[in-house]
Parts: sequence; C-alpha cells; structure tokens
Amino acid sequence: MYRYDEFDAAIVRTRVEEFRDQVERRVSGELTEEQFRPLRLMNGVYLQLHAYMLRVAVPYGELSSTQMRKLAHIARTYDKGYGHFTTRQNIQFNWPTLVDIPKILDELAEVEMHAIQTSGNCIRNVTSDPYAGVAGDEVDDPRPWAEILRQWSTFHPEFTYLPRKFKIAISGGAEDRAAVRFHDIGLRVVRGEGGDIGFRVWVGGGMGRTPRVGREVRSFVPAADLMSYLEAILRVYNLYGRRDNKYKARIKILVDELGLARFIDEVEAEWQKSRASATPLPEEEIARIRAYFAPPPLASLQDNPAELAAARKADPAFDLWIKTNVFSHKVPGYAAVTVSLKPIGGIPGDVTADQMDMIADLADRFSQGQLRATKEQNLVLPYVRQDQLAALWRALDMQNLATANRGLVSDMIACPGLDYCALANARSIPIAQEISNRFADLRRQHDIGSLSLNISGCINACGHHHVGNIGILGVDKRGEEAYQLVLGGDAGEGDAAIGQITGPGFSAEGIVDATEKAVAVYLANRRDADESFIETYRRIGMAPFKEALYDAR
Amino acid sequence: MTTQIVTANRLHDGLVVFRVGESWTQSLSEAQTYTPEEAAALVARIEAEEKTQVVGVYAVEIDDAKVPTKGRERIRALGPTVRPDISKQVEA
Repeated sequence: MYRYDEFDAAIVRTRVEEFRDQVERRVSGELTEEQFRPLRLMNGVYLQLHAYMLRVAVPYGELSSTQMRKLAHIARTYDKGYGHFTTRQNIQFNWPTLVDIPKILDELAEVEMHAIQTSGNCIRNVTSDPYAGVAGDEVDDPRPWAEILRQWSTFHPEFTYLPRKFKIAISGGAEDRAAVRFHDIGLRVVRGEGGDIGFRVWVGGGMGRTPRVGREVRSFVPAADLMSYLEAILRVYNLYGRRDNKYKARIKILVDELGLARFIDEVEAEWQKSRASATPLPEEEIARIRAYFAPPPLASLQDNPAELAAARKADPAFDLWIKTNVFSHKVPGYAAVTVSLKPIGGIPGDVTADQMDMIADLADRFSQGQLRATKEQNLVLPYVRQDQLAALWRALDMQNLATANRGLVSDMIACPGLDYCALANARSIPIAQEISNRFADLRRQHDIGSLSLNISGCINACGHHHVGNIGILGVDKRGEEAYQLVLGGDAGEGDAAIGQITGPGFSAEGIVDATEKAVAVYLANRRDADESFIETYRRIGMAPFKEALYDAR
Repeated sequence: MTTQIVTANRLHDGLVVFRVGESWTQSLSEAQTYTPEEAAALVARIEAEEKTQVVGVYAVEIDDAKVPTKGRERIRALGPTVRPDISKQVEA
C-alpha cells in the first residue's frame, strides 16, 4: 500500500485549502463560471446531468479498509448513500453539493486520498492489474512502478496543460489485466536479456470516437530510465499534439498523423537529448517504494485445504462462486476474491454505503485490510485464506455481493449513460439490467463461459464497448435511444482488438434480443465448452452472427 | 407554437431547477411556461443577472402534459430512471 510522506500530505492539504478558497470566490461572484470551471475540473468536480459529480482517485485501484470506510461515510453524509466504481479503478459520487466538496476533500485527505488529476488535460490516475502482487504469472509487482509514476506525474509542471487528457496503464503479469494497449501509454514489466527489469512500451492506444490499439514504440526501456523515456514521449506530444480540435488532440491522433516511424524517431531524439541530464531512478528510492508493497504477514499454508473441498461439495452455489470469483494466489493456501458489484439486475459498479462498510469489515476480517478496485467495476479482496473462503462467501452473500459471475455475461462494464451523464446519448444501465435479467440463470452463464460484454452510452466509450467481446453503443437516432452491436473486441494485450459493428442498430428492447442471439450463435458454433465466445468469433467470423441478427428481420 | 420552460443547475448544490416567477423550483410541475421568445429573453437576462445563483441556463421544449419532449431533458428533469427511490420519475 502506498504511503504519503510529509510532502504528499502537505501538497494535498494545500490543494484542499486552495480549492476551498476557489469555491468561496465562485459562490461570492468573484470568479465567473468560465474562470471556475477549469479549476473545479482539476479537482475532479464535474457538473453532470442532475448535479455535481466528484471523481475520487484510487491509485492503481488499491484501497485500504480505512479508506473504504471513509468512502462509505462520504456517501452517507454528503451524497445519497452510494458510490459508483468506474472503469478507471476510481470511485464517483453523483450528488455532492459544491459547497460540501472542500469538506469532502478534507475527509479524503485524512485517509491519504484526493481527487487531484481525475479530470482535466493532465496525466490521470495510473491504472494497473487488480491482482498485482498476487498473480503467479508476474514478472514483477507493477504497483511500485505505478506509485513512482504517480509521484512523478502529480503536479508535474510540464504536463499540467497537455493538449488533452493522458492515461497510463501498467501490467506486470504474463497475462495483461490492465488493457495496456488501450491507453495513451501502456507499459508491461519485462525482463531484458541480462534479466534486468524494464518496460515494453506502447503509445497511442485508446477508445472514444477514434479507437486505436496502442503501437509499440520500444521493446525495452531499462527501469532506471522509465521517467526520462516517458518524459520524452510526453514532450513530443506536448509539442506536436493538436490543440485546435478537441477530437484530434489525443496522442493516438498524433501517432496517426506523424506515422509510427517518425513518432518513434522524435521520441528517440528527444530521449537521447534529455537522457544525459536526467537523473536515473535511484536504486534506493525504488527499494524504498517497493517496501511499501511488501506482502502482509501470511501464514504457511497448503493449497486446497480439506475445509474448502468439503464446503464446495456441500454447496453447489458456493462451488459455482469458487469457479469464477476466486483467483489463484501465488502464496499457497491463499486466494484473491472478486466481490461482484454486478448482482443480477443491479447497476454495474454501484455500491451502497452500508455495503462499503461491510466490505471494509470483511477486508479486515479476511484480507489483511486490503482491497482493490478493478476496471471491470468490481472489488477484489487480495489476501483471503482458502480455508476461510466459505465464511467470506456467506458474509458477502448476505449483502448481495457474492454473485458468481466474474468474467461471465452478467459481469458487464457499463458507463453511467444518460441516467447520469451530461455527454451521453442513450441510457446504458437499463440495458445492462435487462441483459442481466435475461441471463439471470447462473448455470446458463457458466455454461456460456468467459464473455466480456461492455456498454457505452455514447461514442466517448467510457463503457469500453470497443473492447467487449460483445459491445453495445448507445446512440441518438432522431431523438430516440438506439443501440449498435459490436463484436470481437478484446482488451488484453496479446489479442488486443477493436470490435466490429454488426450492422444497423436496434431499439432498447431489440438490443437485448440481439445480444441473446449473438450468444446463441456462439453456443451453436463452438467446438466445445472450452472454446470461448471470442475464440469462436475469431474462428467463424462475423457472417454467421450477421445472418442470425438480420436475415430473419 | 411550442411551449418552453427555463431550466438551470443551482450553483451551490448543482441540482436541476426550473424558473417560476423571479425564483426557482425543483419541481417540474411548478415550472412556469413561456413562448420561445419569452424564454430566450429570460435566459439572456438570467445569464446576465444571476451568475451566483445558477449555471447553464437554457430553455426546454415541453409537451401538453408539461413534460420535456426530448428524452434527455425528461431524464434531467425527473432524475435517473434506474433509481426511482431517489428520483422524481414517479411524477411523470
């Protein structure tokens, strides 16, 4: 877990006081809305459809139970009793008043949290693998590197006014669980020829109206040079990135326009120039930050204890949950557990204050007080003893947090859509709820198997529809909500792909039927139960899906 | 001839409000109705005079039942459709 040093604590407190003053000056009329808007955005405050929205940074998704309790307290005291976990591992509150926000930021600062750089044209909260430090396939724990990036990017004076927002993701495992190729910069921890730690780097990935798979710019950057190399990328972007057109301002467009080879040349030239005078990351500093992420004291245990096997045998519902919501841990006898924020028919990512308190208590009881937020809008308890899984499951189930659906069709990513968002063209949440209800039978979902279904309420793609195996995009069709169906997307680095639109769109009711038809085509065509939806799609292509969706119409 | 109401977000808490007389209400049913010309003039006057009360002032077309004709504006006026417990959707 990261720790604030005296500088972190001081800058966060100073920023809260600065924002309090700005709010007071806005309310008194000293600042106009035009002057105030960029200031509030720098502090994570949006004005949405119904009210202000505050986006709180959860650094690379890592949360303590104390922080979770504070979020529950904020939801209860300053909001309408709930929060919403986002695809960027952050949490949003939908109803804070402007005049309360400085108080909320004070409360957050008490637990080493803030809303700095959760909006605006700056480097946003760095995202990572929710199983960091847990997964057995890890080259190295990505969190110390994410923390180094966080410290470097926070209030970086050169990168506070970029052409557009800038998102960095870092993955440390053999499997990419951070969608690194859909970020402005994607990093994977790798080992060089001599066994040294370094980074493979992609640039210009992203979703939105111009989806792009990130392009590799370097296969290996030595760890000590991480900052100077990223600075070179950002300098090239800051210099050449377009500022005349918001829709062409992301780095992905710059890479398109310069061409990858020229972009790389520019970055290399800048790096060679700046690298000589840059301070390499000091070994002792890396070691100091690494120590923050040392695993908690764990017992010496064996995998698959007798209690677990007996409980699985005794209760099929528990067995089903173990199959999907439990991730194997590199430490024998432990497991990482996904707390599903996708109950059947629920609102993806929403969690009530009471549930937050409960989850914090369970993190203390079962997971060393630690939690993670995931880009799939769930939570993870990263250090659960396998012999305590049944007790944890029962406790989660009492709060409707034990739906056995991680990675299945009802584990949907959905943006807030037109129910909350000022930018949206169509609602996302009711579609997610309808699909969830349609596939309510968990045994059927388990039979369908691994399937990502992502829903966005507009082309900005906050619901990651481009990378869903099945994606749904809400559009405005002559004043009516309509939905396009997209197939074949994949967020993982190795198979990264942008989904292809099936054809004409569907009504709100029609899209649920269309989704079910797409699933039926998969079931009818899969070689066996081990071939996933995306594997079948890649093998048979779009045609059978189009036929089923449109020919009978 | 379309009928309009005038809406904004209240500065201090961000909540959606509707113009009635020289004041604001959170209730759509209490909103005053205007012709498009009246609404345009009112929006301009509010933008000039009420900068510390509201932000994002604009006129919205309504139907005979005094409900916004556009889906987005209906949701904005009545609250999230997925949370009847905290929205005003029941009013519609």
